Amino acid sequence: MSTFKYILKRVAFAVLVFFIIISVCFLLVRILPNEIPNVLLKDQQLMIQERVKQGLMYPDGTKVPLMIQYWNFVKKTLIGFNWGLSEQLYQNRFCFDVFLEKLPNTVLVNAYSSLLAVPTGLALGIYAALKKNKWQDHLISTGVMVMVSVPSYIYAFLIQYFLCFKLKWFPQLVESGTDYFTWEMFRSQLPAVISLALGSIAGYARFTRAELTEVLTSDYLLLARTKGLTRAQTTVRHALRNAMVPIFPSIMTEVIAVLGGSLIIESIFAVPGVGPLYVRSITARDYNFFILLSAFYTVIGLVAGIVVDLSYGIIDPRIRMGSKK
Amino acid sequence: MMKQNNIPKIPAEKFQFVGDEGRLHDQKMDTKQLSYFRDAFNRFCKNKSSVTAAIIILLLVMYAVFVPIFCTTNYAAALTDTTYLQYTKLLPRNKLCVTLGWDFWDGCSDMTISEDQYNAYRATMQETGEPVIKEVYNQFANSDGKLRYDVRVDSYLANGYAYLTLTADEYKDIQQWQLENGIQVIYPAVTDGAATNADIWYAANRKGAAKLDKDGNFVHDYKTFGNDGDYNSLRVEGDPGIEDPESPKRFRYANVAGTSEAMSFKCRVFKNAYFQYRYGHEASFLFGTTNMGQDILTRLANAARFSLLFAVCVAAINLTLGAVIGAIEGYYGGMVDMLMERFIDILSRVPFMVVASLFQLHLAAKVGPVVSMLFAFILTGWIGMAGTTRMQFYRYKGQEYVLASRVLGASDWRIMFRHIFPNSLGTIITSSVLVIPGVIFSESSLTYLGIVNLDSSAMTSVGTMLANAKGFLSTYPHIILFPALFISLLEISFNLFGNGLRDAFNPSLRGAED
Repeated sequence: MSTFKYILKRVAFAVLVFFIIISVCFLLVRILPNEIPNVLLKDQQLMIQERVKQGLMYPDGTKVPLMIQYWNFVKKTLIGFNWGLSEQLYQNRFCFDVFLEKLPNTVLVNAYSSLLAVPTGLALGIYAALKKNKWQDHLISTGVMVMVSVPSYIYAFLIQYFLCFKLKWFPQLVESGTDYFTWEMFRSQLPAVISLALGSIAGYARFTRAELTEVLTSDYLLLARTKGLTRAQTTVRHALRNAMVPIFPSIMTEVIAVLGGSLIIESIFAVPGVGPLYVRSITARDYNFFILLSAFYTVIGLVAGIVVDLSYGIIDPRIRMGSKK
Repeated sequence: MMKQNNIPKIPAEKFQFVGDEGRLHDQKMDTKQLSYFRDAFNRFCKNKSSVTAAIIILLLVMYAVFVPIFCTTNYAAALTDTTYLQYTKLLPRNKLCVTLGWDFWDGCSDMTISEDQYNAYRATMQETGEPVIKEVYNQFANSDGKLRYDVRVDSYLANGYAYLTLTADEYKDIQQWQLENGIQVIYPAVTDGAATNADIWYAANRKGAAKLDKDGNFVHDYKTFGNDGDYNSLRVEGDPGIEDPESPKRFRYANVAGTSEAMSFKCRVFKNAYFQYRYGHEASFLFGTTNMGQDILTRLANAARFSLLFAVCVAAINLTLGAVIGAIEGYYGGMVDMLMERFIDILSRVPFMVVASLFQLHLAAKVGPVVSMLFAFILTGWIGMAGTTRMQFYRYKGQEYVLASRVLGASDWRIMFRHIFPNSLGTIITSSVLVIPGVIFSESSLTYLGIVNLDSSAMTSVGTMLANAKGFLSTYPHIILFPALFISLLEISFNLFGNGLRDAFNPSLRGAED
């Protein structure tokens, strides 16, 4: 029961935080000048119509006072889920439709990268921990140190240059279109997937190695060995399960972060996803998009926070979140 | 019964100290006492990789500080001197490698070119006598039946010619310089005065491909009116110079426009020779030039200077702010702490990209992109530091020495910053070093994505350089190589250095995270 109450409390607080952030964001954006772009009269009329629907503008073209705009925003956008037209980037298309169209690309690329990164990272980390202070460990640790330090876009450039330009294994940019599960699409996504995965692999390997070495030196493992278990048995049954307690939540974060993606990698490989859309919405001053995508990233951050805390309880039943001391 | 106060007088010499023969004293220290920092420093020096990292950081910082001061190559002049736009995408050239004759870092590159391109290079070679094509490796027919050449091309010479419009004084000055140095800068004008491609001095079709005569030679297209015959010598020796003495007011080396008082001379100049005339030394860029003709060596140093300075500023402000806020939270606790913590809960959930872009949208026009980016970094950057300091205060504020100090009448401020705060000094120094690579990374990401635009002739950042160079990744990888190399080296060494510091200041944490 207390877990349920804890979840409820966390969700309520998250909703509050979301509301505050998005309100500030909305107010800051709406005090900026936002003229109807100079396009065809037909399109302009449609935009005015939509702005009236959103409650940002009166039918005669005058601006609604800011606080009333805000009230309308809460009513029509947050509750009514009308995010308005994209006025600069995609004329006459609803932001939310464009967003839904772009989301699968981001999710796919990031999901592939997680599927690659989590097992590889864990395996490397476990191997390094078992071979602690041998040359294998030093090799992995050095590689991990370099990978963690070097910014992800640097090895994205390296991959693009060597694998795409020099060796021509992959096309340079990700294919557009909606055939998500064809071989061509997968092949064109691979460079982006690898660039994304390298950083995560290094992160997981480092984390796993640190946790596992700590567990491997503990007394209960010595006890397990003296009981007569083999080294493999102690590692898998005792050490790994305990080491997973802090690792598992970070895997859960990864699963949520799949939605968010990486702005920089997506823009390097021209993945037609959410990340480049966000950057373009800022440079093109497409405010409806900006508010929608800011809301999206905020939600991802909040949900990830809750999921991480809850996943401690899933992996280790001894941890009861929210319980009193 | 003996009365207690009726003790007979005992002589003093009867008294004796108990155990006097082996009296115990604190022994004086044989060794020199080590201060906290000395101890940490000694421990740090034992970590070889961290010391190496510290040296590399020092070198990179020195590069960022001193190169813009001492190397005034084209970067400093770029504001006033637009001729730099003529020297774009030159490859890195190290003079040492050229003198040693290495095929590496010499400003040349191997490429496969079409026959038309090959002819264009050959024409430049014929007119200037400079080895544009250093070596022809192979000649083969492509699948479409056209000839291809595998060649090694000198990018500085292949840069070709440009049309410059000079005044009479400048024109004379160049002529004078040519005679003194024996290097030809200005090449004969061609018939077509409106031609835009200065490379073409020969008969060519509309696309610029050379039309050769039947022996395979170029047919020149020089403006040969007036007295001909002296075109047999293209070199500067024996050249009459500015005006043809036989027929005055006829210029063979320039297309002249304007009145006789203010004439302008449109000349074909060979860029590599013109560089030497203009700047007094041969064109040679250690890191090459960008697509805008900026020298990467100095431009990168400026970018690095900005990135480092910015990161240090952000780290200093955030640590101070975080330390003060964390101290207040931790020391006073209770309601203050609770309210602050909830505030931090909300603030820390705002995505950094959203903060950065909102600040850009609002403030960039008023206070400039750098200051608004600084605000974005400060808004949420202090939270981590505040958390660390708060923990330290919770740990130490109940200890006896703090109580003693309070009893002696010390003020809250004094207790906070004289007695409790120094305990967390090691942590602060460590995190200040570990904050810097993070800031540099975020800053370069923001500028790379173009959310913050820092590209101007006076200032740049590493991220902006990378963003400008990414379009040339396949054709001119050297433009992206040096900024990328710099930032990778900086990030790796800062992380190593920071880890070394952490181990030195908190030996108990050694190896916890690496």
